[in-house]
Amino acid sequence: MMGLLETAKISLRSLWANKMRSGLAILGVIIGVGAVIAMIAVGRGASLQIESHISSMGSNILIIVPGTTTSGGVRMGAGTQQSLSLDDAIAIEEECSAVSHVSPELSGVAQVVYGNRNWSTGVIGTTEGMMDVHNWSVSSGRFLTDQDVRSSTKVAVIGETVAYELFGSANPVGEIIRIKKVPFQVVGVLAPKGQSAFGSDQDDVIFVPVTTAQKRLFGTPFPRMVRRISVKARDAESIYLAQEQITALLRQRHRIGPNQDDDFTVRNLTQAMEAAQQSTQAMTLLLGAIASVSLLVGGIGIMNIMLVSVTERTREIGIRMAVGARPRDIRLQFLIEAFLLSVIGGIAGIALGALLSQTLVLLFDWSTSISPSSILLAFGFSGFVGVFFGFYPAYKASLMDPIEALRYE
Amino acid sequence: MALIEAEGVRKVYRMDGVTVEALKGVTFSINEGEFVAIMGPSGSGKSTLMHILGCLDVPTSGRYLLGGVDVGSLSRDGLAGIRNSKIGFVFQGFNLLQRMSALENVELPMLYGGVPSRERAEKALAALKTVGLEERKGHRPNQLSGGQQQRVAIARALVNDPPLILADEPTGNLDTKTSVEVMELLVSLNEEHGKTIVLVTHEPDIASFSKRIIRVLDGSISSDEVVIKHDGIA
Repeated sequence: MMGLLETAKISLRSLWANKMRSGLAILGVIIGVGAVIAMIAVGRGASLQIESHISSMGSNILIIVPGTTTSGGVRMGAGTQQSLSLDDAIAIEEECSAVSHVSPELSGVAQVVYGNRNWSTGVIGTTEGMMDVHNWSVSSGRFLTDQDVRSSTKVAVIGETVAYELFGSANPVGEIIRIKKVPFQVVGVLAPKGQSAFGSDQDDVIFVPVTTAQKRLFGTPFPRMVRRISVKARDAESIYLAQEQITALLRQRHRIGPNQDDDFTVRNLTQAMEAAQQSTQAMTLLLGAIASVSLLVGGIGIMNIMLVSVTERTREIGIRMAVGARPRDIRLQFLIEAFLLSVIGGIAGIALGALLSQTLVLLFDWSTSISPSSILLAFGFSGFVGVFFGFYPAYKASLMDPIEALRYE
Repeated sequence: MALIEAEGVRKVYRMDGVTVEALKGVTFSINEGEFVAIMGPSGSGKSTLMHILGCLDVPTSGRYLLGGVDVGSLSRDGLAGIRNSKIGFVFQGFNLLQRMSALENVELPMLYGGVPSRERAEKALAALKTVGLEERKGHRPNQLSGGQQQRVAIARALVNDPPLILADEPTGNLDTKTSVEVMELLVSLNEEHGKTIVLVTHEPDIASFSKRIIRVLDGSISSDEVVIKHDGIA
């Protein structure tokens, strides 16, 4: 019985003796493994990006906006109706069991002044619920409180971009800024969130109490109006229940008859993101599967070369059998040769895949991510391909009749 | 004691529906330490006989016992084991592996015999010394002359210390002078190392180095006689 190590040495030598042929056989596997690694890296990169967007947006979010209005036959678009009020938001928080947090929002763009600096930014009137619904936190100072909302205090929590534009590196907490000429005291600075899924700067924002925004900043046709209400469901399972509860509650509050359309729309943003996530994953799988086909073709290349090799070395097989090699020794030798070919190809393929995904990052600014599991998968798959496609040639070699093999010219 | 016992060995080939009876039931025995030449024209069945004696093939019927073991009942693995430990082959075409050095070629049977690597190198070198080629151990077969290649092949046949050496036309590819050298090497293996040697040849000159000649004709033994020794070759 021959040791595995001995066999591997013999195999490596015969591979080395036919460098050109071995190289060509490996090429298929290199390209296959490289393609699998790169494609999975691209897919994973896309899905990680979406994942990070979802987590910055907050999960299990429903957004309620007013319905459309029609003016002289011209439909004005979603949110033009002024049908949502702060009381709707409070009612949702109190009566919908599937809802955990509610954040009413009344927003607008305003000029902000501090000393001799000014900046134009989005100002959002909201409540404490904003923190939990959209995953905000403060890096210094505090967030808005219920007390602020009840008393319509003139306090503001500013985003990092605003803090930088108005204060530079100084600490804004405690300072007075003017929003639309109304003085507000800065009570907190938000921890940065970076860009949103659609490329806008999420840190370019100021939060003030919703009641203050209604009275002082954005005059509204009726006093308690809000432009939208964001709602966080208790968990992923209760998001549909929350949607039903909210719709029923608002229809009742807005006195909408059974045959009338809603004067509001409940949007499920997370769902859309998750759908995008799922389609990216499906795409990853598809890309991986297509790349696997090229690995399969590489495997057939190995089988081809191994069959040629077995035929070419018939005499060698005969000699080995004559001096005492058993069929299984011969089979093992050729199997190990095929395995080594594809594993060497696999290693080179991983390098190629890494290179390829880096190139994609540089050329197209795609985000890619090579995971250890995809390396392991490609490596294992290439080893499997080697054994699978090497088996038939090896089996054929082991079945040879030593007499015939010795006669072979 | 008999090393080889053939009892009614018969071999039938079936090729394209035609059956050919290569051996028609031959019976003979060869004792340990004998030097026997098997002679016969081509197509006489001597190659078939040699394949069966070498455990490369099994008889269709009849019994072949090598060292008391019935070869006909063995599996392919069993036959490989016998070839590895009990038989050393010397072929007409040398049959060395071209990619390997002389030493590695000699090591080959031990590789399949499970001999550890250090011991392999030592034994292979000793075998090369026996055939007088220890200085050529690193040479590839294509860097050696025909006679040297055949001596490497003989070293390979010796290295697992088998009782039987089967030489199939060992001088067929060699000139007269080298032929004599190779035959003298075989004679010394027989006389000094006590190896049983079975030589297949169609050349009377080569056969005359043996002590007994079995002639095969049309699948049967036509004569079996002891060689009367005379000095040198005729």
